[in-house]
Amino acid sequence: MDLIRPDYLAILDLIFPGSSVLDLGCGNGDLLALLEKERKVRGQGIEIDDEAVFNCVAKGLNVFHGDIDTGLSEYGDRSFDYVILNQTFQQVRKPDTVLQEAMRVGERVIIGIPNFAHIDARFQIFFKGKTPVTPSLPYEWHDTPNLHFLSILDFYEYCKQRDITIKETFFFGAHRKVRFLPNLFARTGIFIISKIQEAIT
Amino acid sequence: MKENVSKHKTAGVVETQYYTFAYPPDGLELESGARLGPVTLAYETYGTLNENRSNAILALHALSGDAHAAGFHEGEKEPGWWDNMIGPGKAFDTDKYFIICSNVLGGCKGSTGPSSVNPETGRPYGLDFPIITIKDMVNAQHNLIDHLGVNRLLSVTGGSMGGMQALQWVVSYPERVRSVIPIATTANHSPQQIAFNEVGRQAIMADPNWNDGNYYGRELPAKGLGVARMVGHITYMSDVSMNDKFGRRFRSNAKPFKFSPEFEVEGYLQYRGDNFIKRFDPNSYLYITKAIDYFDLANGKGMHELLKGIMSRFLIIAFKSDWLYPAYQSQEIARACKLAGVEAIYCELNSAYGHDAFLVEVEEQSRLIKHFLRSVTRGLNQA
Repeated sequence: MDLIRPDYLAILDLIFPGSSVLDLGCGNGDLLALLEKERKVRGQGIEIDDEAVFNCVAKGLNVFHGDIDTGLSEYGDRSFDYVILNQTFQQVRKPDTVLQEAMRVGERVIIGIPNFAHIDARFQIFFKGKTPVTPSLPYEWHDTPNLHFLSILDFYEYCKQRDITIKETFFFGAHRKVRFLPNLFARTGIFIISKIQEAIT
Repeated sequence: MKENVSKHKTAGVVETQYYTFAYPPDGLELESGARLGPVTLAYETYGTLNENRSNAILALHALSGDAHAAGFHEGEKEPGWWDNMIGPGKAFDTDKYFIICSNVLGGCKGSTGPSSVNPETGRPYGLDFPIITIKDMVNAQHNLIDHLGVNRLLSVTGGSMGGMQALQWVVSYPERVRSVIPIATTANHSPQQIAFNEVGRQAIMADPNWNDGNYYGRELPAKGLGVARMVGHITYMSDVSMNDKFGRRFRSNAKPFKFSPEFEVEGYLQYRGDNFIKRFDPNSYLYITKAIDYFDLANGKGMHELLKGIMSRFLIIAFKSDWLYPAYQSQEIARACKLAGVEAIYCELNSAYGHDAFLVEVEEQSRLIKHFLRSVTRGLNQA
């Protein structure tokens, strides 16, 4: 079996067994399949890409073929224990709306973003004068599905402005967790956020 | 695709069977309150029912379909209407599953319908046949499933009107259905869809041979039925598929101008229209299209309320170029599943074939259905 991606493992650690999970932009369904297998979650995915939807069905997952920007309004409040936006938040047309909807629909929201301010990206812009192409931002400027480019600091600021509570964070380099200066050294960040202020336990 | 059918493995030589039930005085109670009996359903089965009786799948046909879904009838060259989907190794794999297909109530291919003999008069029912609904069709099939000793179906599936029956099955008998695969269908018939059906009905009724439905043993309202079929065929195709198939080409044997069919598309429609009388009863066309038009799964109420608590899994398939049953109607079903917390997959397939896609887009449908049925079966084995 392939090595499980470190961000998947971090998400796996977060999720309580038997909970319900909505994965927005679930891709080929690898994460959702992992969660169903290891945590016996009740999973539901939303995915726009045809081939990816086929792959989800092949894994026995429940998936809706459609886009995240419009696919959430039907769900009732707190329909899921977790809503996951792993590497898809930067691809939605209206991040504000999607995030508000995700927080309405899910008890907790897990967001994974590629860090645009990683040192590699900074070097490429500064020295090469080119749009960065890195392992977490692997696309050329003309074929990227990413619509928004943000850094870890950007996301902190974004949440602060909107009274969104960040409950936990994980930062990853190429292979391992990053604890020191994540906005410089982390390729991706994972944030567990919630709208509601819960008592610190 | 279709030409290669004979080269592929098929369900083999099959025979239509018949089951008669609901004898008077009880009969089958219809949604209208009327009672009809006895009722015969023509049906075929493919594959073998396993020991646990857990591998049965009910395939439901569309407006002009019949019980002959797969394999060949003795001495015939044309296979059943869904032969590319039902057979060894196919989407509905006859090596694994036991597939049942029956002609609908109101039909004309062996099941009780307006062309059947009314036992009270000794003559065909004609317009004395009671009004029927999709729910009535499903209730009749329910009797057949009982008769075949199947307690719980692994899946119910069908395209177009077949999909409506599949949806009605899961709502009427949720405990009898593990999964449902509605394809290119809707949970309620839209005014546009009703309108097309009405044009078809008017064409039949405008044919002087129709004679208020009393034409059995006389000249048939073939022209009226033909026009109805022509309208139907237009709605089953797409702009793109018609362009690909006919373009603006003229027929090779077009006669001098007298409004005879000149374009290939005209010739095709006329040919399809003219031949339809050989295999379809005009009164059945009236009754069945009406049943389709009446179809409103939730009766104007919220579909999600209706689906709450349903444990059956859904695989909902729509086609992008289908303008007769547009994808938004399938999305409504998917949305209701979301709201009701029902396990569901929704997939919109790329196809240029329009509504006909459910009959010809074999590869992608097969991929989805095979995997879906496998995971439904897996769930069954774990339970």
